[in-house]
Amino acid sequence: MILIGERINGMFGDIREAILSRDPEPVRRWAMRQYQRRADYLDISTGPSLEAKDQPGAMEWLVRVAQDAVDLPCCLDSTNPEAIQAGLEAHRGKALINSTTADQWKIDIFLPMALKYKAALIGLAMNEKGVPKSAGDRAALAMEIIVNADAGGFPLEDLYLDPLVLPCNVGQEHCPEVIEAIRWIKTLADPPPRTALGLSNVSQRCAERGLLNRTFLVMCMAAGLDAAIVNLDDDELLKAVAASKVILNKEIYCDSFLAAFGNRD
Amino acid sequence: MNVAVNIIKEKYSNRINEVVIGTDPHTVKAGGDSTLPFLLFEGETPNRPLVALEVWDIEPKQWPEILTSEFKGVMSNPAAWAGKCEEYGADLICLTLAGSHPDNLDSSPAQCAETARAVADAVKVPLIIMGCGVEEKDVQVIGEVCKVLEGRNCLVGCAKQDSYKTITASCIVHGHNLIVSNPLDINIAKQLNILVTEMGLPSNRIVIDPLVGSLGYGLEYAYSIMERIRISGLSGDKMLAMPMFCQIGQEVWKTKEASSPVEETPEWGDQARRAVLWEVVTAATLAQAGGSIMVMRHPGSLKQFLVHMKNLMEE
Repeated sequence: MILIGERINGMFGDIREAILSRDPEPVRRWAMRQYQRRADYLDISTGPSLEAKDQPGAMEWLVRVAQDAVDLPCCLDSTNPEAIQAGLEAHRGKALINSTTADQWKIDIFLPMALKYKAALIGLAMNEKGVPKSAGDRAALAMEIIVNADAGGFPLEDLYLDPLVLPCNVGQEHCPEVIEAIRWIKTLADPPPRTALGLSNVSQRCAERGLLNRTFLVMCMAAGLDAAIVNLDDDELLKAVAASKVILNKEIYCDSFLAAFGNRD
Repeated sequence: MNVAVNIIKEKYSNRINEVVIGTDPHTVKAGGDSTLPFLLFEGETPNRPLVALEVWDIEPKQWPEILTSEFKGVMSNPAAWAGKCEEYGADLICLTLAGSHPDNLDSSPAQCAETARAVADAVKVPLIIMGCGVEEKDVQVIGEVCKVLEGRNCLVGCAKQDSYKTITASCIVHGHNLIVSNPLDINIAKQLNILVTEMGLPSNRIVIDPLVGSLGYGLEYAYSIMERIRISGLSGDKMLAMPMFCQIGQEVWKTKEASSPVEETPEWGDQARRAVLWEVVTAATLAQAGGSIMVMRHPGSLKQFLVHMKNLMEE
């Protein structure tokens, strides 16, 4: 299970402040904290409140500060291609682009960009019409991205497909469709494409967020989920991931399985 | 018609730790593999499996004549016996301190340490040190031996589920490598490695002993457990990415097939040939399962096994 730490995002007040005042301390602190808590990637987002023209500079700065603090690759999270491009320029190692949609014009921007920078790419199962409801329609949009990647010579092992979950107080009927879509996407190519989710979205503005997040994550892992953008500060979530890895036979059981999972090395 | 064959290669995310035993210039290395055994087209197998020959600090009573005849005149002197093993081409000497067993000589830790030092001084090849198997006694004996052999970077056995702390501490303090035993149980193997590394022993100083069985006596079970350990290690489980240690001789020579003289079982043919084959087939099989250090008894077995390994290690 690839864990992507969600915390370096301008959506959070401390990071927004840090971006505006170019204060590296909060970014550094969250980079280190998420590293210690087993992040495989750091999600980096300038957040929606920043003006588009300021996003590339902020993205570049965030990537540099984060990678100076810890030796982790970043998941460059923006809808603005220029911001992604600036992040890729500053990035060391193999970045993960988050994300393209299934719209052809967006694929035509992000796929060549990922190829050029040898980055991995998250493809969202949505287009300009929005997020489809059924698992089948999600899989169909995922397939559009897979076909484009295959035709463009993009390595399929670097492609992650995100079936997109909506908050369960808004789009409750989407949740089981997402789980089903993960199963479908895994059958669309051989070797199976990888799947990713922005997990915390499932519990936006809900009560008992931690419980909803980890329950949904475990269900998705059982369906074949490979990666998730998560709140790594949630101990119970990490414990559920450790237990799921054992139950799914992805990790050899031992009595110290929690400690073994928690150990960075 | 020519059909292009695409060779599918598995890419693993991790490699097996390389454990270095002994001191320069006579070190040997175990492990380091980046793929399953002998798949040379797929990854690296930097070190061939090593062979240790067994030396005891007392004359073993149960060893058949076809075995003792290979060590005639030296078995009452462990240092001379070790020299003979080195002559036969052993990569390591496995000194078993059977004399410390309360039912044998019940020799003291100091006596054992003296023997170990004499053996270490007599040979250039690195040493494996094994206790007598009685835990309370081994704790004292191994501690003393580790101390006397400080700086020689030996491989010392065995840490077990209920008694791993003292021996691990001895290895940390006196700079040795540790054999961690489990009763053919991958879960316990992993757990013990976690506990031992938490004490501060680096993972590249640990060797897993899965307590294997011989051909005809659980070999298949040992094979499948070892294979699973190896695949898990290569797939990223750092607490299972250790080289594996196989006590071949101890298991083979207690089988009827190896120990029964030709007069008793004429239909099985010549005993020496049969026993050596039994030892070689057991070791060769477990090398295929990922075994890196084979402890054997008969020099003929060592020779045949190494011929087989040489063939497997050639591209």
